[in-house]
Amino acid sequence: MSNILKKDFPVFEKAPCVYLDSAATAQRPYVVIDAVKEFYETMNANPLRGLYELSMAATQAYEEARECVADFIGAGSPGEIIFTRNATESLNLVAYSYALNFLKEGDEIVTTVMEHHSNMLPWQMAAEKIGAKLIYLEPGEDGTITEEEMDRKISPKCKLIAAAHVSNVLGCINPIKELADRVHKNGGVMVVDGAQSVPHMEVDVKELGADFLAFSGHKLMGPFGIGVLWAKRELLEAMPPFLRGGEMIEYVSLDGATWAELPHKFEAGTVNPSGAYGLMKAIGYLKDVGFDRIRKIEDELTARIFDAFSEMEYIHILGSDDPKKHTGIVSFTIDGVHPHDISSILDSENVDIRAGHHCAQPLMEYLGVMNTARASLYLYNDEEDVDAFVNMIRKVRGIMGYES
Amino acid sequence: MSLNIYGEILNEHNIRPTHKGNIADATIRLEGKNPTCGDDIYLELKVGEDGTIEDGAFNGSGCAISQASVDIMIDLIIGESKERALELCEKFMKMIRGEASPEDLDELDEAAALKDISHMPARVKCAVLGWHTMEEMLKKTDDL
Repeated sequence: MSNILKKDFPVFEKAPCVYLDSAATAQRPYVVIDAVKEFYETMNANPLRGLYELSMAATQAYEEARECVADFIGAGSPGEIIFTRNATESLNLVAYSYALNFLKEGDEIVTTVMEHHSNMLPWQMAAEKIGAKLIYLEPGEDGTITEEEMDRKISPKCKLIAAAHVSNVLGCINPIKELADRVHKNGGVMVVDGAQSVPHMEVDVKELGADFLAFSGHKLMGPFGIGVLWAKRELLEAMPPFLRGGEMIEYVSLDGATWAELPHKFEAGTVNPSGAYGLMKAIGYLKDVGFDRIRKIEDELTARIFDAFSEMEYIHILGSDDPKKHTGIVSFTIDGVHPHDISSILDSENVDIRAGHHCAQPLMEYLGVMNTARASLYLYNDEEDVDAFVNMIRKVRGIMGYES
Repeated sequence: MSLNIYGEILNEHNIRPTHKGNIADATIRLEGKNPTCGDDIYLELKVGEDGTIEDGAFNGSGCAISQASVDIMIDLIIGESKERALELCEKFMKMIRGEASPEDLDELDEAAALKDISHMPARVKCAVLGWHTMEEMLKKTDDL
């Protein structure tokens, strides 16, 4: 059956493709693309600065977007929402402004081997600068991080845990609440990379038990170049600015400066109001569709891929055997065929998947694979997409010169 | 993109490479890497005193295009002088840019099976990995 939501996305009409790479970036609906255009046509001025009507309109759009995001993830107040470029910048902000200032030599930072490089490299940097120890939680083959593993690795010295809410390779959901409880007992903080979860499931920062949550706008159908960092107010108030410059100050003299109120303290320089405005419209669209419906679409289609793959013994799916535990992400290998060749072959019929290490090289090494292919689903995909994908996958080994 | 690239020649060199492995008496060894795809190859050549490439082998992992391309290349350069190998390398690069003449393609022999890479920008670096590595190796020995 085709998916009625597809018509909301111009790309499917103007550059027809079977798009199965939404874990890399989502497609954008008309409402988002139109909103960006609307901003530039009717509100374009530098927000937070000008005292004229157009600048105030830009400011209003930007701040309205902040309120929308705060409401979307259950933040205590809009002041806890910092707009960044993407999840990577959000995570770096936490590493530089929080970890470097509030952790000390001998402390332990715990993360997982399944992290995206963006939630690994900042902690490697911080641990090295501070003289802290970086410890990696290792999941089982299905992606599960067990209680025993947490017992083994999380000591009373652990003052910061950073983990993906959902793995961008395995699609599994990590036990954030459990990790948060453990680090909170030590008076530490829980940093959550929500890049792969926030677009796909209801995320409430209070229920999650997080202290920091990072995500990107472009993976939830917003424009490129807008990301979010949420943090508890008291943490943000204690942290020094990450970047320094315009519009993040209260008063500047030749000797120094005092910082602006939250959230502006963390938003140096000209901000991205059209991006924020587009993100607000993306969240509106997401809410209209509803997470129950998204989940249903993703789970049914993931199960359809699993069913088809089960008949091809040369295909190996990474992670859980249960399609419901994949958040619409199916990473796989085909015996004898490099993922880049799989991707090129699929591309010949405009089936778009990702191939490579998915910015998670340590996980690839841990799982003993060099590279994988990955199909990732979102709310606009349908059975026709999956069938086109599976039909091409069936042909891959033949095209590569294998007999079966 | 067309699938012409995955023809018999490329598939055969990928599935059953002639030169995958090591040579005991190699005179030069070099690693070539494509960090973005994780491809890496170790190329070994045995160059005689008169500058003739007497033997060659490769190891490592990568996609069919990078593996087959390097296997075909070694076939082509064994028995040739260093200068001739570099000349073939230049013709191969010309082909990848879509600028090779029919004569060039003739000289490239089986390597001409990779001609369509010129229409697959995402895969160019796979096709040239082995060739670039060889070029670097042979130019280095010139400096010695």
